[in-house]
Amino acid sequence: MKDAALITPPVLSAYGISKQFAGIEVLSEVDLDLMPGEIHALLGENGAGKSTFAKILAGVHRPTRGTLTLNGQPVEITSPIVAQKLGITLIHQEPISFPDLSVAENLVLGRQDGSALSRVPWADMVREARSLMDLLGVRIEVTHLMRGLSIADQQMVEIARALASDSRVIIMDEPTAPLTPKEVATLFTIARRLRDEGRTIIFISHRLEEVRALCDRVTIFRDGAKVATDTIANLTDADIIRLMIGRPLKEYMHKQGSKIGDVALQVSGLTTPGLFRDISFTVRKGEIVGLGGLVGAGRTDVAKALFGIAPAASGSIAVNGTVAVIADPGDAIALGLAFVPEDRAQAGIFRSLSVEQNITAAVPGKIAPRGVIRRGVEKLLATQSVARLRIRLASLRQPIGELSGGNQQKAILARWLLTEPQVLILDEPTRGIDIGVKAEFYDMIGALAADGRAILLISSELPELLALCDRVLVMSEGRLTADLPRGQATQESIMQAAVPRTERGEAA
Amino acid sequence: MTDTAAAPPLARDAAPPRPMWHVVLVRPETMTLVLLVLGVIVGSQLSEFFLDINYILKSFTLSAEFAIVALVLTMVIIAGEIDLSPASNMALSACLFAWAQQAGVPMPLAIVIGLVSGVAMGALNGLMVIGLQLPSIIVTIGTLTLYRGLAQVIAGDKSIRVPEWFTGINAVFIAGIPVPVLVFALLSIVLGLVLGTTMFGRQIYLIGTNEVAARHAGVRSRRIRMILFLLMGFASAVAGLMTASRLGSVRYDLGLGGELQMVLMAMLGGTYIFGGRGTILGTFLAAWLLVIVTTGMIVANWLPAWQLCVLGILLIVSIIATNFIYSRTQR
Amino acid sequence: MSLLRSILLRREAGIAVMIVLFCLAVGMVKPQFLTLGSLRIVLLLVPLIMIGAMGQMLVIVARHVDLSIGSMLGLTAMASGMMFRHYPEIWWPLGFALSIGVGALLGLFNGLLVTMFRLPAIIVTLGTLSLYRGITFIMSNAKQIDRQYVPSALKSMSQTSPIFGIPWIIFIAFGVALLTYWFAMHTRVGRQVYALGSNPVAAPLRGINVTRVTLLVFAISGAFSGLAGILYASRWGFVNPSNTGNGFEFQVIAAVVIGGVSINGGVGSVAGTVLGVLLLGCVSAALPLLGIPGTTQSAIYGAVILVALLIDRLVRMQGQKPATAGARA
Repeated sequence: MKDAALITPPVLSAYGISKQFAGIEVLSEVDLDLMPGEIHALLGENGAGKSTFAKILAGVHRPTRGTLTLNGQPVEITSPIVAQKLGITLIHQEPISFPDLSVAENLVLGRQDGSALSRVPWADMVREARSLMDLLGVRIEVTHLMRGLSIADQQMVEIARALASDSRVIIMDEPTAPLTPKEVATLFTIARRLRDEGRTIIFISHRLEEVRALCDRVTIFRDGAKVATDTIANLTDADIIRLMIGRPLKEYMHKQGSKIGDVALQVSGLTTPGLFRDISFTVRKGEIVGLGGLVGAGRTDVAKALFGIAPAASGSIAVNGTVAVIADPGDAIALGLAFVPEDRAQAGIFRSLSVEQNITAAVPGKIAPRGVIRRGVEKLLATQSVARLRIRLASLRQPIGELSGGNQQKAILARWLLTEPQVLILDEPTRGIDIGVKAEFYDMIGALAADGRAILLISSELPELLALCDRVLVMSEGRLTADLPRGQATQESIMQAAVPRTERGEAA
Repeated sequence: MTDTAAAPPLARDAAPPRPMWHVVLVRPETMTLVLLVLGVIVGSQLSEFFLDINYILKSFTLSAEFAIVALVLTMVIIAGEIDLSPASNMALSACLFAWAQQAGVPMPLAIVIGLVSGVAMGALNGLMVIGLQLPSIIVTIGTLTLYRGLAQVIAGDKSIRVPEWFTGINAVFIAGIPVPVLVFALLSIVLGLVLGTTMFGRQIYLIGTNEVAARHAGVRSRRIRMILFLLMGFASAVAGLMTASRLGSVRYDLGLGGELQMVLMAMLGGTYIFGGRGTILGTFLAAWLLVIVTTGMIVANWLPAWQLCVLGILLIVSIIATNFIYSRTQR
Repeated sequence: MSLLRSILLRREAGIAVMIVLFCLAVGMVKPQFLTLGSLRIVLLLVPLIMIGAMGQMLVIVARHVDLSIGSMLGLTAMASGMMFRHYPEIWWPLGFALSIGVGALLGLFNGLLVTMFRLPAIIVTLGTLSLYRGITFIMSNAKQIDRQYVPSALKSMSQTSPIFGIPWIIFIAFGVALLTYWFAMHTRVGRQVYALGSNPVAAPLRGINVTRVTLLVFAISGAFSGLAGILYASRWGFVNPSNTGNGFEFQVIAAVVIGGVSINGGVGSVAGTVLGVLLLGCVSAALPLLGIPGTTQSAIYGAVILVALLIDRLVRMQGQKPATAGARA
């Protein structure tokens, strides 16, 4: 859907861009014009194709079909370097950098011309780096190593890189997830300034409120196709959601009523200096307690302490009334705790091993009561799990790496359900999962609570917390700042408690 | 959220599985078996001795000590670690044993000293790798130097003789098989069963595939890896003593270059250097393959120098092939 | 960040302090250790290791390791030695060209295996370690190159020079160190080596030709081994197919580890490595003086590697306070 006749020509145009991976079409026939001096949002659910499209623009992928034109001339963007030379820069969600080199070097690397043995102009580099930082208005010491910079600062460095190469098109991929509201505000100010200079900012997100606050136009992707492009003012939130998911948003998320019983988990004064301090809360049987907060607030650290991965320095944990010493995950499991970690690729799945082996990994007592594995038992347990959680796979014996993200996550959940836990700690369980499967997860979590289990749900998605939880705890900078019963929990109240102390005074 | 950067999204739900015959046959152990058969065929052309099973068995005794340690090394590599110190461990254990018995210590005690020192060396490796979280490659490079050096300190440039009755274990036959070979075969069966059918073995694979995930799943990663290092130490000590028996004397350079042969056996057997994959069967076959190759070279009158080259080339080729096979079967 | 800086600074300073303390300690027992003659002995012990360490440092910074440098030293030394034996009248500096050239080729072979097949360098170089040693035997027919065949001009490089009588070999070694410093800190490709080791995933996205840089560091490692090879002939006056270069890699790795090069790549300084080499030199020189037999040298090197790793780890564990809550690194 091309926009109406324009006076200014687009800076970057896509015609019929399609992309296939291993025979599966993830993008089809996308036409899009990007204008100079605009902030353009790409919205869509996971797997909708917005990120793939952006990566094609940035030279990370090559399109299977279709053409791109830059300033009217057809171009082939064959690699990120080529994209950079053409003035298109992608700022990754997790900024890539060389941690052992200085900020100044990181800014300059890849942009110099000259032969391999040419002199490194240290003094010029530092001077240029400093002026870039001043231009952005950020105070980062450019001679320091990149290691140790906060995510927000790393993003700033990436933006500075884009400026240094005079990029006309800057793509930001979900930049706001790890940022505090104040850092988000800084980012938005800079984005607006860049737009006013005539550059084009492509803002990939799934957060409506941010898109509305920042962007001029928005393009919505669904199932690999572009479904709409319009000025943000012309679309209501309901319109956008409908376009994103193809049908009006039902009340997907609701909490089944469940009987709330005795205290299953009691945490008192849990402290690890530097990570979290004086954390005390309870979770009852049948209760879903949410744990909200910004990235870096210390929630996963608390979970790791509860589960014995990184035990706390002081404080006590009691499970079903008895005080417990949890020195390693084995202790935790024996007490009836289970922990589904945040990053399943890093801490969850055994990628090359079979689904069956992945599911039974935490219950040696069941599949090998006397040391020797009983394959029949293993297969039975795995088959039951697959049926119960509706895991879609071709065979139990296939490597789990071949499953989609949602099914992998289900397999991890199945692993923990086999341990028959009394307390289930879930860390961002629906991250990176399509909305259809998300709904399944919400139902499952609700059913688990109804079954009498105590659930601690760590999540950064406010709608998720509000829909599922009986109570919402909020952590900020290592401390517990709020304990909100369902009635009092709103997006504002959670955010208010999540924001760091120094910003709270300024938060509007 | 965005598509993962690492893997492009494949089918929405799952890709079709590999057919059964693919799983069973397309794997590094098949390659080893094929090479083994080829080796026997080529060898028999070189000399009719090759088809004499007794000749092969006797030839095996020369590498049996390394092969025994290679079995345990396979488990260590599957668990995601590596140990380059076993050959030096063999030397030091043997030197301590020989020196003790020469100093008048009664034999049984001397043997115990040798074995205990081997375990202690394994413990040092384990403590530094697991306790201090240092990479096993650099730690075992350090200990391989240290242990060999200590052996040199104890034995100097001299050989220490061992008593007559202790020598010649390779000449002892049980059911027509030399004892070292028998030990190797039995150990292969035991370790193969442990690795393949027990939870302990399964957990080794888990640790090697993803150590963080293994810990999260309650697997006692530190303990298991420590056990493996201790086992390596013990096996090295036993191998050292067996070598002392075979040679009749002990020098500081006992087993020099052995780490290459052991790693070679593991790699030829299809053990994945990055951990998570490999089998005892593979290493078992590879040990035989290596014996065939070395015997073949000796029979064909190749100089030791050529043999050294061939070993080096074999190592390189075997990892190329193993990596290739694993990257094909892993999507 | 500044904390990390100061730790690094502390490291080079720390090694320097250790050297001073060690020498003083030995000097108290054996005053003759603190003489110029002693210094000369130390400096003569280290040139080969210094050169090898420079190459190894670059390889380790790039997140690889090269275990074949000892065999490369032996092979290149033998190649030059055989040339001298066959052509006694040849212009002797050609030996340098041959050694360094052959070394570079051997290193390149290592690099090709690592880049073309994505094989771990540790295993590849374990294989080439044997391969190159075997080739050395074969081409020399297991015979050593005796003293009379090594050109005397070459041998005198290790004995003296017009400059204060300090042997050329020492100048060459420090010259190589300076060259490496210039390469690592002041050339684009040198910085790319550090970038590659720091984040191999990000490197290609920033325009670094990973293959080319990797091949380069292995070729340099080989070339430096070649230089060490010809200088071995200069220093010792003979070349032996089984001994020359044996154990070289462990001495070099010991020096590099002491010098603070991180096995994870991206971190390492020439100054630290030089100091590491000097410390090892002092230790080696002190041994005979203290009556400790030469056979203990291996043991000492091994112990030194382990102790250096231990100290490294303890320092890191100390300095690593958990990130302040709210920090987002």
